[in-house]
Amino acid sequence: MKKVKYRTQISKILGISIVGLLLLSTPLTAQEETAEVATTEVATEGASAGGDHVKGKSLFNQNCAACHALNRKMTGPALANVETRLSEDEGLDRDWLYRWIKNSPGMIKSGDAYAVKIYNEYNQQAMTAFPTLTNADIDDILAYTAYVEPPPPPQPPGDVATSASGSGISNELILGALVLVFGLLAMMLFLVNKTLRRIAEANGVAVEKEKAEKRTPLWKAFAQNQFLVLVSVIFLLLGSAYFAYGWMMQVGVDQGYAPVQPIHYSHRIHAGVNKIECKYCHSSARVSKHSGIPSLNVCMNCHKTIYEYTGNGEAPTQEDLANGYTNEFYTGEIKKLYDAVGWDETTQSYTGETKAVEWVRIHNLPDFAYFNHSQHVSVAGVECQTCHGPVEEMEIMYQYLPLTMGWCINCHRETNVQVEGNEYYAKIHEELSKKYGVDQLTAAQMGGLECGKCHY
Amino acid sequence: MNSFIKIGIVLSMVLLVASCANDKSPNYQYMPNMYESVGYETYQQVDFLPGGKEGQLPVENTIPRGWMPYNFANTPAGKELARLEASPLDSLQSEANLATGKELYDIYCGICHGNKGNGQGWLVKQEKILGVPSYDDAARNVTVGSTYHTMYYGLNSMGSYASQMNREELWQVAEYVMKLKEDL
Repeated sequence: MKKVKYRTQISKILGISIVGLLLLSTPLTAQEETAEVATTEVATEGASAGGDHVKGKSLFNQNCAACHALNRKMTGPALANVETRLSEDEGLDRDWLYRWIKNSPGMIKSGDAYAVKIYNEYNQQAMTAFPTLTNADIDDILAYTAYVEPPPPPQPPGDVATSASGSGISNELILGALVLVFGLLAMMLFLVNKTLRRIAEANGVAVEKEKAEKRTPLWKAFAQNQFLVLVSVIFLLLGSAYFAYGWMMQVGVDQGYAPVQPIHYSHRIHAGVNKIECKYCHSSARVSKHSGIPSLNVCMNCHKTIYEYTGNGEAPTQEDLANGYTNEFYTGEIKKLYDAVGWDETTQSYTGETKAVEWVRIHNLPDFAYFNHSQHVSVAGVECQTCHGPVEEMEIMYQYLPLTMGWCINCHRETNVQVEGNEYYAKIHEELSKKYGVDQLTAAQMGGLECGKCHY
Repeated sequence: MNSFIKIGIVLSMVLLVASCANDKSPNYQYMPNMYESVGYETYQQVDFLPGGKEGQLPVENTIPRGWMPYNFANTPAGKELARLEASPLDSLQSEANLATGKELYDIYCGICHGNKGNGQGWLVKQEKILGVPSYDDAARNVTVGSTYHTMYYGLNSMGSYASQMNREELWQVAEYVMKLKEDL
């Protein structure tokens, strides 16, 4: 019988390594626990007299954040450390804040000096009264405004190195190296061939060239065979006709056209990550021929509040960073918007100096073809993506489909007319469906192929 | 050796032609005078017009056909007065109005106010925009008139929606907001 020596070797190694891992990991978690305890201690110290800053944060976000930020002037003043600021600068106590938050218009009317001052300072925009907030709620909110984020516990130094060098070499680098290797190989082959020839010549080995000259050259043999010439000429003509046709058919088709826009607007972030409806910005697609480029006041509906790009909760991917799409880049694009629309961030008001943004139009049908957005979007209920492609994934907007006549006609042949809830079509649909003997008419059967529908 | 040079020339010519393909500029057209409009197109650049663009605001002191003035000023006092105003829409058509209102609400309002009107839209959940109130907040006393006033002029951080919806559509949304408030 043969003796198996190391039958259980692998499982043993595994077992030992698990034990080792456990031994090593326990002190680590213990450290983390102590760190957490430390942070909570800091937090409770930071919070001023009996308020829960976590609860305060949710209350703040719910009620105050529409007009106030902690460290930035918005519709109302910045609120970080508002209580200490008021007591030190103005001599107002927490009781004043209770009264102000619960009934600010009343205090302005009663002529409270600081109340009137702040009201006038902020363009006489009265703060909404919050009579529903209890004193305890306000304590929580004030605790949140005074709360200082504790510095993050120092990371164990071992982890940093491994996470940094995760994905190293990109595909392009590998491909480039391969090309280089192949190039070197080809050159070596060539050189080896040359030297071998030279050696052969030096040794006086019969040179093939002399023999070759006696043979009829290949092209002469080819020219003498007329059938072969005929066949190859036909193939050549057909081939070039194929490519010429292909090239001529793409003239005037702008599929893939992706111009550089004056402000880098990412449809991926707006329509994809933030799930904003297409028609929120392109609102005229519902009601008019054009799907309009939104005017900048529509941008400012959100960007009055969103003044910087903070990412989608995850760190930017390698690909984004390679293209230069960092958070700072996007924030810079928002500043371009502010510049064009004339929004002064420091005073939170419009300066009145506007500049036109010269957007570059991408989807442009020729002038001899009529196209109406509202007919397709509102009446037919066609999704925007049917013609514009997956816009919610496009970082840079481009024309996804050819938008040629053949493409239009194809869709009209395949798409059924949406009749439900549309009295305008009720009668004609009934008559035509009887005529064609079908239940559902396609757009083509309703006249969607008639020349005059789109060309007049 | 000669053939190497020939192949090289052909390849470089193919490369040269291929490099002309450019995503950043539009393609050639057969007959540009049939492709490009003779009349001015929306958003077109026009040198002699103010701002150099075709899109212009209506001339001052003119009103579009069918335009009706809104009676309430963009002030807190105007809003208090507007609070009492009733919806001018036909109450017999309320079902159709609410259906349209829902459609529009989900496009324009739901992204912040939440499709249920509880102030928990997607942007709020992502902490992009904060402080969006729920419609049933007693202190705010949301009415159909005040909703219309807020959409018409905007309020604080919220912008005006009068450029995205017409007057009837604004009232339809306002009525739908009232329905959401009841359901909360």
